[in-house]
Parts: sequence; C-alpha cells; structure tokens
Amino acid sequence: MDLSLSDEQKQLQEQAERFVRDKYAFDARRKIAATDRGWLPENWAQFAELGWLGMSFSEDDGGYGGGPIETMIVMEQFGKGLVLEPFLPTVVLGGGMIARSGSKSQKEALLAPMIEGKKQFALAWLERQSRYNLADVSLKATKEGAGWSLSGHKGVVYNAASADHIIVLARTAGSAREPKGLTLFIVDGKAKGLTRRDYPTQDSLRASELTFDKVSVGADAVLGKVDEGFGIVEDGVDRAIVALCAEATGCMDAINAATLEYIKTRKQFGVAIGKFQVLQHRMVDCFTNAQEARSMTLMASLKIDDKDPVVRAKAASGAKVQIGKSGKFCGQSAVQMHGGMGVTDELSVSHYFKRLTMIDLMFGNQQHHLTRYSNLAMAA
Amino acid sequence: MDLSLKSEHKAFAEEVRDFARRNLSPATKEKTLSGKHYDRDDHVVWQQALGRQGWLAYTWPKKYGGPGWGVTERFLFENVLAEEGAPRIIPFGVKMVGPVIYTFGTDEQKERFLPGIRSSDVSWCQGYSEPGAGSDLANLRTRAVREGDHYIVNGQKTWTSYAHWGDWIFCLVRTNTEAKPQEGISFLLIDMKTPGVTVRPIIMLDGAHAVNDVFLDNVRVPIANLIGKENEGWTCAKFLLANERLGIAEVPASKRGVGMLRAISDDPSMAERIADVDLQVQALEMSELRALSTMALGGAPGPEVSTLKVRGSEIQQRIAELAMEAVGEYAAPYQPGMLFHDTNETPVGPDHAPPAAPRYFNMRKTSIYGGSTEIQKNIVSKMVLGL
Repeated sequence: MDLSLSDEQKQLQEQAERFVRDKYAFDARRKIAATDRGWLPENWAQFAELGWLGMSFSEDDGGYGGGPIETMIVMEQFGKGLVLEPFLPTVVLGGGMIARSGSKSQKEALLAPMIEGKKQFALAWLERQSRYNLADVSLKATKEGAGWSLSGHKGVVYNAASADHIIVLARTAGSAREPKGLTLFIVDGKAKGLTRRDYPTQDSLRASELTFDKVSVGADAVLGKVDEGFGIVEDGVDRAIVALCAEATGCMDAINAATLEYIKTRKQFGVAIGKFQVLQHRMVDCFTNAQEARSMTLMASLKIDDKDPVVRAKAASGAKVQIGKSGKFCGQSAVQMHGGMGVTDELSVSHYFKRLTMIDLMFGNQQHHLTRYSNLAMAA
Repeated sequence: MDLSLKSEHKAFAEEVRDFARRNLSPATKEKTLSGKHYDRDDHVVWQQALGRQGWLAYTWPKKYGGPGWGVTERFLFENVLAEEGAPRIIPFGVKMVGPVIYTFGTDEQKERFLPGIRSSDVSWCQGYSEPGAGSDLANLRTRAVREGDHYIVNGQKTWTSYAHWGDWIFCLVRTNTEAKPQEGISFLLIDMKTPGVTVRPIIMLDGAHAVNDVFLDNVRVPIANLIGKENEGWTCAKFLLANERLGIAEVPASKRGVGMLRAISDDPSMAERIADVDLQVQALEMSELRALSTMALGGAPGPEVSTLKVRGSEIQQRIAELAMEAVGEYAAPYQPGMLFHDTNETPVGPDHAPPAAPRYFNMRKTSIYGGSTEIQKNIVSKMVLGL
C-alpha cells in the first residue's frame, strides 16, 4: 500500500495550485462569473496546453494515461479557487462517457478535439419530476427512418449554453422510472428544435432548461447501445460524484483556512475570539470533518476504476454522504464563526458555503446516497 | 390550567382573521407564502392598517395606546396573522424603541415619539452593532460629545436593518470614555435626515439588501433626544435586548413553515425529518407560552428567554434547510429578479423552488443576529445556571 503522490502527480498539483493562485483571486473570480459565458476561453486554452483536458484518458484515446487520481488532484485545487470553467460536465462527464462507451468514430470526432480544448459537453439527465432518480426519464426518442426524433424536457443542464454537444438521456422503451429502455444520444448543441432557457446558479455557474421539439439525430448519435444507456449514465455520474467530492475537499480546506485566520485576528472582549474554547472546539471539528472528507474522497478515487460496478457505486455514494455531512458542517460553522461578515456577499466565505451547499444537492444529496449505500450494502 | 380557548377568544381570533383578510394586500400575502422579499410599502401599508385599528402596538399597555391584551390575545393575534400570510411586524419601532421610550422617557418624549410608532407613520432602525462591537456590544466606540444643547456624534454603526427605509435611528453612543465600558453609554434618538448621516448598503450572500452600514459624521443631535440619563443607556440597552430575544423565536412563522414543508414534500424519506422539526416547534411554543405566562403575572422576561432565541433560530434554519432539500437540484437556478424586484419572470422549476436556497443561506443570520447563539449560551450558563 502506498498513498503518496508520484513526482508527476506532485507536479500536477503544483501546476493546479499555481493556476488558482494566478487566475482565481476572489475579485478575479467575481469578474469571470460576470462575463457572458461565465468562464474564460483563455483559461480553457490553458487547461488544454497544460494537458489537463487529456490527463485522465488512455493513450489509445489520445490522452496521457492518467486516471481518477489526476482528476482528484486538479478538482481539489479547483475547489480551493471556486473555479468556474466547465471541467466537470465537459471532461469528467462527457469526455469520460464517450471514452468508455463511444464508438471509434465518436471518439475521433469528439474526444480528440475535446482534449485539444475545441469541444465542450453537457449531460442532460434530470427532468422536473425525477428528483435524484436517474431512471425517471420521460423525454422520448422515437424511431424516425434510420435515426431518431427526440421530444421532451430536460432541466438544470450545467454548461448547456457553452456545450458543442449535449448528451441526452432519453426513453426508447419501457415505462417511466424503468432503468431498462433508456438510451443516450449525442445531440448537437445548436440542433433544430432544441431551445434553451439559460440562467446562473446559486454558486455562479451556468445551467439551462432544454426543450426538445422533434429534434432529429442520426443512428450514429447513440452513445453505447440502444435501450442500455442507464448503466453508462449511472457509472458516468458516479465518477462525476467522486470528482465533485474532490472539489468539495478543496472548498473545505479553503473555508477552514479563512475561518481559522478570522478567529485568530478578530477581537472581542479584548482577545482574539479564537481564544474562546467553544470556538476552538468547533474549529477542531471543522478540521476533523475536512480530514474525513479527504479520506473518503481518496478511497473513492482509488476504487472508482474497480471492475465491479457495485464497488464503484458504494464508493461514490459513501464519499458523497461524507461530503454532504462535512461540507454542511464546515460551511455552516465558517459562517457562524465569521458572525455577520459570514452572511455577506463581500467575503469569500459565503461563496464557498454556497458551493458546498450546491455540491450536496448535485446528483443526489447526503440522504439520498445514504439510502443508496445502505441498499447496496444490504444486498451484498 | 387549561389549553383550550374560551368562546370569547375564539371570537377574537375570528375578528383578527377577518381584519387580515380585508386589509392585507394579496400581493404582499403572496410574497409571504412564496418566500419572496417585501419592499417598503408591503410593510408600511400593512402596519399602518394595523395602526389605524389600534393593533400595531399590540404588546403595549393601554396607558400608552396599546390594546392592553393578555397573553392569550397576543398569542392568537400573532398566530392568526402568520397563518394569513402577513409580514412580520418590523420590531424596531413597536417592539424595541417604543417600550424603551415609555419605560425610560420623559412625558414630553412619550408624547412626541409614541404616536408615530403606534401608527407606523415613522420608521425606526437600530444603531447598536459597530465593526468592533458585535458580540462585545459594550465595546462600542461611537462618540457623543456635549456642545451646548446638542451632542455631536461621530462613529459607525453596522448591520442596521432597514436603515435605508428608516426615518429615525436609536443609537447607543459613548458619552464617557473614562468609566467602565457599560457605564459610559447613552441611548440617543437620531433623525436620519440630520446632516452627516450616511447609509451604505451591505449585500447579503443571497443577494438581498436589508442591512446597512450607517456612518455618523459630526451629526448634531439635540439633548432632548436623550432617553434616560446620560451614561445610563446600558440599562435601556439590556431592557431592549431582552424584549428582542423574546419575539425573535418566530414561532408562528415556523408553524407556517412546517405546514409549507408538508405541502411541498412528496418524498417519503423526508416525512420523519419534518415531523421532528414539527415537534421541536411545539416544544418551543409551549416554552414561550410558559415564559409569557410568567410575565403576565408581573415578571420581566428573564435570562432564560435566551434559550428560546437559540432554539427558535435553529428551528428556522432547519425548516429552510428541509425546504431546500425538498426542492433538490431545482434549488440551483438563481432568480434574483423574481425574489427581490417583482419582475414577471416565471420560476425555472417548481413555484416554491426559487426562494428555497436563498432562504436557507439567508437564515444563517438568525443564529448570529440579536446576540449570537454563543452569546446566548454564555448568558444562560452565567445568569441561569450560575456557572
């Protein structure tokens, strides 16, 4: 057993730290969030140049042969800077699903340009009624000649406005909420019949509601096999969850560091408030929570390439439970210990708190994943 | 002992309900029920209607123009208004400075200030906290120096709710720098239109503007605006804080919140968590009624009201958290236009989704304002438990 980073991985970590330090000072982030896209093309070009867009893909797929640990390293630093570039939807979700399930021609047409920084993706899985159930899909794809016609609605699709291609989870057979009969389609972001309602999110990202009105796609738009999309999307989301957990550990480190600094310097009753035992113990609990979050994230990152899908699913859900719990504790505690300053827009603390809160709600919250983990563990 | 209501109380509750239905604007009510932010008129129009009815200063004794209600009437009044979706009464006038003025003020001050508070024709805000004086309020530095028949006031107040709507601000100021911190403080009323008063907005984490910095730069305040004796303002301050902590538990709003949670949640995994907070609300309500009933027998609110404030804020936060969890991923879209500006924008997700996350974020303030949870626990441990 060896839990230490390799020299290359350490270099990657330093590189990512430097990027966040240089490009993501808090005021700089505010400016990026206020741009039309909500992220900077020059940063994306830098990601491509540094090799981050291809680091976790195999050399056969045009990548650099890394894996989940490389993703974890970069996502953690992104968490520290509250980075806004759409790495998760494009690289982890879209790129990852295409690499694992795409045809040779799909990989050539989509994955290679993505690694060069020339294509972005989004995953459209959620619908109004689905809550956290990935199989609760009513958007319909019906046979139309050799291809398919898609009609229905998808919601809270992150990065849809910037995505060149949107991967859409559609029902091709079966009844509502049935995992069987779901198919993934790769749809052009500017396809005829596809309309978007774009909006910012609580944590300054961008997402959209999508309406599909008889959107036509060819037979070659199917990702994987017809009626067998559920396994692909479930696995893709589990991997995204692990990456998201790494981002959350970065957020927790940053919010804890800011809080520690604040309670060392803020004086009331003639002393730094960090001299009060009630705050000391709470601060210790924050650090313990962040440690647990880091441990569960590392474990999940090491297990997420396991060949047993149950091992992967348990690892992802387990880490997500811990992240939800720790993120809430660190976020709420940081705000409380900052007092009034903690609930202002002015300090970064509230922005980390908001991101941690939204991370809990993404792809199923703490409660949802506790139930999922419990069911998987009981079945084993 | 008896929990049931007598027939005259039932009739009273119906009278209040009928009044609310006739006088509360449907637009204001909609904002309450959907969790949107009110503008100034939502509050003022409603409070003035209550004022005309003689009900705004509902906690005041008859002698000062209150209705002279007992515990039961107050309880019913607050609950019925919450059920009907009325905005909470802004406390700074009727709940805070009013009682200070009729308890510590001169007859001339009572005549001058109380009518405007009872009618809501004059809006008040609170100048307590300062950048260096939050939990440690007695450390305040805003200085008032006598010059003839005026005080010259210099300093900065912060976290001042509704200062941008306020006509007057009641301030704690330092009039003696030599004495112990608590002994050199005075309670001063300042007209916000006085030259040298500047208000700067503080934007909260959900994007809302409700609190402000207030800068006082050589503000001339007539000595007739001093309440109580010079350097004895801490007595007024403590009296006011005890009153503040009582109403701050917000039980009626939390009861409405529990009902709302049940209405929006179709996830069976949430049912028990909602039941749990429902029971917490019941315990808090009964504890508050016990405290009120002691007060009705002539007692003042004791330090144990701090426990009500602590639990009340936790419950409000928990309800907001569960409401956000019930919404799930659709809590993510941020729609400030809908929440703050009365735009015709439609919700991205379900109708109850847009305010869910902003409200959860915003409600973190409840365990910070009005004396943080940490300070309340210090009070209880010292004053009640003798530790």
